[in-house]
Amino acid sequence: MERILAILVKDRSGVLTRVSGLFSRRGYNIQNIAVGRTVEPGVSRMTVTVDADPLTVEQIVKQLNKLIDVLKVSDLTDEPAVERELILVKVKAEPGRRSEIQQMADTFRAKIIDLSPDSMIIELTGSEQKLQAFLTMMQEFGIKEIACTGKISLLRGSKVTCDMKI
Amino acid sequence: MRLTGAQMVLACLEAENVEVIFGFPGGAVLTLYDEIYKKGFKHILARHEQGAAHAADGYARASGKPGVVIATSGPGATNIVTGIATAYMDSVPLIAITGQVATPLIGSDAFQEADITGITLPITKNNYLVKDINELPFILKEAFHVANTGRKGPVLIDLPKDLQAQEGEFYYPETVEISSYKPVYEGHAGQIAKAADAIKKARRPLLYAGGGVISSGAHEELLQLSKMMSIPATLTMNGLGGVPYDYEYFLGMPGMHGTYAANNAINESDLLIAVGVRFDDRVTGKLEDFAPRAEIIHIDIDPAEIGKNISVQIPIVGDCKLVLKELLRRLQPVEKTNAKKWCANVLEWKTSKPLHYSQEPGDYLKPQFVIEEFYRLTEGNAIVATDVGQHQMWAVQYYRSQKPRTLISSGGLGTMGFGLPAAIGAQVAFPEKQVICFAGDGSFQMNSQELATAVHYNIPVKIAIINNKYLGMVRQWQELFYGSRYAHTSLDGSPDFVKLAEAYGAKGLRVAKAEETAATIKKALEIPGPVVIDFQVDPEENVLPMVPPGTSIVEMIGGE
Repeated sequence: MERILAILVKDRSGVLTRVSGLFSRRGYNIQNIAVGRTVEPGVSRMTVTVDADPLTVEQIVKQLNKLIDVLKVSDLTDEPAVERELILVKVKAEPGRRSEIQQMADTFRAKIIDLSPDSMIIELTGSEQKLQAFLTMMQEFGIKEIACTGKISLLRGSKVTCDMKI
Repeated sequence: MRLTGAQMVLACLEAENVEVIFGFPGGAVLTLYDEIYKKGFKHILARHEQGAAHAADGYARASGKPGVVIATSGPGATNIVTGIATAYMDSVPLIAITGQVATPLIGSDAFQEADITGITLPITKNNYLVKDINELPFILKEAFHVANTGRKGPVLIDLPKDLQAQEGEFYYPETVEISSYKPVYEGHAGQIAKAADAIKKARRPLLYAGGGVISSGAHEELLQLSKMMSIPATLTMNGLGGVPYDYEYFLGMPGMHGTYAANNAINESDLLIAVGVRFDDRVTGKLEDFAPRAEIIHIDIDPAEIGKNISVQIPIVGDCKLVLKELLRRLQPVEKTNAKKWCANVLEWKTSKPLHYSQEPGDYLKPQFVIEEFYRLTEGNAIVATDVGQHQMWAVQYYRSQKPRTLISSGGLGTMGFGLPAAIGAQVAFPEKQVICFAGDGSFQMNSQELATAVHYNIPVKIAIINNKYLGMVRQWQELFYGSRYAHTSLDGSPDFVKLAEAYGAKGLRVAKAEETAATIKKALEIPGPVVIDFQVDPEENVLPMVPPGTSIVEMIGGE
């Protein structure tokens, strides 16, 4: 089962290696990882998606907590949370098909952010399913390349995943 | 106070009451060694960095204090990797300080550069590459704190050569506060109450204790609990000495080469009280069949051990000693007829199916007999270090450890070549005690160069090589599970160990007959320096009983 973990870490060199190394060493497979800053200076947030049963996830969380640079680990899977991923798609776009692509992008509320004589780059944010649906539609035109951020997630409402006063 | 990086390291070691460094110098630690020289700091020069790491480990296991090892960059650092992994698997506090190439050269594939923090990431509790001289005092303090608290373990500090000479402001912090590292020592009161209730109700309780008991110094509480509630006890190899071997209710080791009584008790128990253990595969055999009738209480300081291998009903995260103390406070001695019957059963297994072998006149010398003679002639008072293999199992089966920290053996990693350097480390910690190293002819040759260290500092370890001319444990598996096809386990070409010892300037002795054993051991024990005794034993003796891998621990070969 897919689980989403939010991991707060000290922003030190090597910390990404420590976390990802722990996953591979213990045989857990990372499906998806996104790393970025938080409001707290010196603290980064990793959002990791893994496919594992609940017992394995419990063990992953315990092992992560043993890393000195890991401040807090939260399992967001069963919490009310919003999840987003950002994707950039470069599609073939001959002049004759541009308006067709433009229409489709509008339907998905995607933005065209670059244009060249024979291709365009489209930016889209959303859930995994939405991105997948969009990619399926774009295949018809010919996808040249994609770049994807990986999933990030925040709890709904005023509750926060990670209390900063740790 | 302004100090150079090298001076800071030494000042820190003094502040942490470190008595001795085990190490090996080289290009990237020259400045550090210059400071060791100037200070006259006690240093034991090993003959291979791996030896230095194991010696620091042996020192730590025997004394309970963190061991310190220093090695240079590149190959010096990679040579201590096995030593660090050994300490990590057995939760031994170890501080490894490695030199690194100068800061501007890092990442350029400079001479003797290796990414040792990267390499040791999965085998250290934490590690540090020092980049700013002003951080060094805090890193040193943190390293000792992390290594020696919670579930103990090795910590590595990689110190670039230029920083060793660079000056910075030195202030050694008295305490350390790491927001993300707060080991839990006190057990949860509600969980301890639950455990106490379970113990009161249990009809067939059993204590299964391990290295955590030794590490936290909980041996007295463990014995008290066993005596007060009439609970028989089994100890894993790293837990040996947790209760005296000769204690009436001690059943011996569990697991692959455990006793019939211990394995059967686990199988029949209705309450397994696991203290400072990790349900290692060598103990549990087939997990699904382990302790099938028992509710399990698991006391451990590492929350990640709870439920890792086996699901438990009453987990208690905390320090073994504190938790057992609190548990004892909640229990009163009770007369339980049920418990009496259980104890009688268990003791019957213990007396009717003990470990056994036979040494007949005219037979090959039996390895078990050699160990028993050592036990008899040292009156069980020696510190025993072992290598890994058959001799290790015989040593822990027949040298009846009575006290904690007197058995030093690589349990988790199973590192051949550990014994001699670890014995040297233990002897450095306790110069007045008798230290015996039981080695195999295979294991001994993995670090035999440390004989030079023993001779150099006149460290009077007595090395008993249980010489069966095979990699015995591997040969045993080949005999039992690979149709006696002895693929590359014969050790033809080994040196004459007596001559080898003499070449190093140690004393060498040889025994090939049972009747010569006692006299030779006595003679060796009286020699004031290091001695090697080559015991030429039965080449095809097997370690029994044995639970074949992947089967239940009650399916024992040679258990009867």
